[in-house]
Amino acid sequence: MTEIFGVPTQALFGQLLIGLINGAFYALLSLGLAVIFGLLNIINFAHGAQYMMGAFCAWLLLEYWGVGYWWSLLLAPIAVGVTGVVIERTMLSRLYKLDHLYGLLLTFGIALIFQGLFTQHYGSSGQPYRLPTEFSGGYNLGFMFLPKYRAWVIVASLVVCLSTWYVIERTKLGSYLRAATENPSLVQAFGINVPRMITLTYGFGVGLAALAGVMAAPIYQVSPQMGANLIIVVFAVVVIGGMGSILGAILTGFGLGVIEGLTKVFYPEASNTVIFVIMVLVLLVKPAGMFGRER
Amino acid sequence: MAEAIAERTAAAVPGSDGAPLLVVRGLNAWYGESHVLHGVDFDVIGGEVVTLLGRNGAGKTTTLRSIMGMVPRRQGSVLFEGAETIGLASNRIAQRGIAYCPEERGIFASLDVEENLLLPPVVRDGGLSVDEIYALFPNLRERRGSQGTKLSGGEQQMLAIGRILRTGARMLLLDEPTEGLAPVIVQQIGRTIARLKASGFTILLVEQNFRFAATVADRHYVIEHGRVADMIRNDQLDANMNKLHDYLGV
Repeated sequence: MTEIFGVPTQALFGQLLIGLINGAFYALLSLGLAVIFGLLNIINFAHGAQYMMGAFCAWLLLEYWGVGYWWSLLLAPIAVGVTGVVIERTMLSRLYKLDHLYGLLLTFGIALIFQGLFTQHYGSSGQPYRLPTEFSGGYNLGFMFLPKYRAWVIVASLVVCLSTWYVIERTKLGSYLRAATENPSLVQAFGINVPRMITLTYGFGVGLAALAGVMAAPIYQVSPQMGANLIIVVFAVVVIGGMGSILGAILTGFGLGVIEGLTKVFYPEASNTVIFVIMVLVLLVKPAGMFGRER
Repeated sequence: MAEAIAERTAAAVPGSDGAPLLVVRGLNAWYGESHVLHGVDFDVIGGEVVTLLGRNGAGKTTTLRSIMGMVPRRQGSVLFEGAETIGLASNRIAQRGIAYCPEERGIFASLDVEENLLLPPVVRDGGLSVDEIYALFPNLRERRGSQGTKLSGGEQQMLAIGRILRTGARMLLLDEPTEGLAPVIVQQIGRTIARLKASGFTILLVEQNFRFAATVADRHYVIEHGRVADMIRNDQLDANMNKLHDYLGV
């Protein structure tokens, strides 16, 4: 068996793949957080719970109504996104005039309530989500075996991330969003309904979290705590990338997934902490994050 | 007070049809606990250029922002084309056909020049086309791909004025368009305002520089302590120079 730096290539590529998969989820989740933070100036602590709700929504659709994966990919983000719209309209929108801390507290409380409700109803043990049959099997790449579903997750995450980046940075709609991020009251005084834009942006960011949840369902167990475990790492990713930076969220999401995977190969003891070590180092050198602008 | 001002403004300005386009009565505004406007009354007639003069902190900018619905709390009456706008959100006021150019110019750093220019939505027919705006401000055409805030101060001001001309709004609120600009740029802005007036725009201008104001305006309102203290027609400016010096403390 061939080796690189004394590590079997099978193990290396295997961990690299796991790293890319994790990175795909980090990117999707931190992208949603970045979009929400950019316009609402709120750190959405409910993001992990909304990711979990996306996974649960897919599981419930399949268990109770026989609705398959592909429809869930569309329906779950819409359903969870609508709950986001309701939360923004009825609660978050009242907090914009107050300190940012209140938005953080509110969303943290919402996360705890949702996680509690799901734990009470479905227990804390995970529910398996059947892999759609068209994804069984994989590709033999010669140096490693690539399961079809994992390939799909990486490609789908890349497509969603890059489309979101394109819409925000290159289109008319995106120019409204960027301008409102800088100076919402002036954009509104030009005749644009900024409050509605904020509501829809929150719904979109929440929908992205739910989409990540649906994609995660066949890989991880669908459990009420699945988001809480992931979101701490995702917050570190957002801080490293720079709060509010779209491209930063995508690049650091994938990059840190890969770094985490490689750490598992070369120095497994550090694999759970490497992202936080990088966060400390980045904050020492660039307090606004790698792609963030100082405010 | 309101009647007295209505009487003074009733003497129609030459070249206008005499109908007030904007009628402001008893306008009060607050920023949090601080009460900034204490009953501002004035009119702007269609086709006029009117300036608000006054010392720093007198309430000139707040008056513009209150008309635009951009202050946290306001009371009184702002009639535009005969319809009340005091209860409307600022996006609805913009859609009635009033456009605002802020003192700090409000050029967006994350947008390039052309994106900045195309940002304000068209609210009515009859706005200038992008080519017409570039013809008015040729510098902007050359720099259309630059980041908005990489422009010089004068170019940023031209962009800030240019982008609201596209919207079709016929009433422009300009907050200190000459502030901090070189004399040659100030002249260019003055010529632009004259051309806009000639093509039928109505302009309400906040100015510190009353020498500039005198070259473009039909009438001047003096704002003091959040109220209108006086109204001076531009052709009577020389006769009232001493009074004006007192008001402005120059």
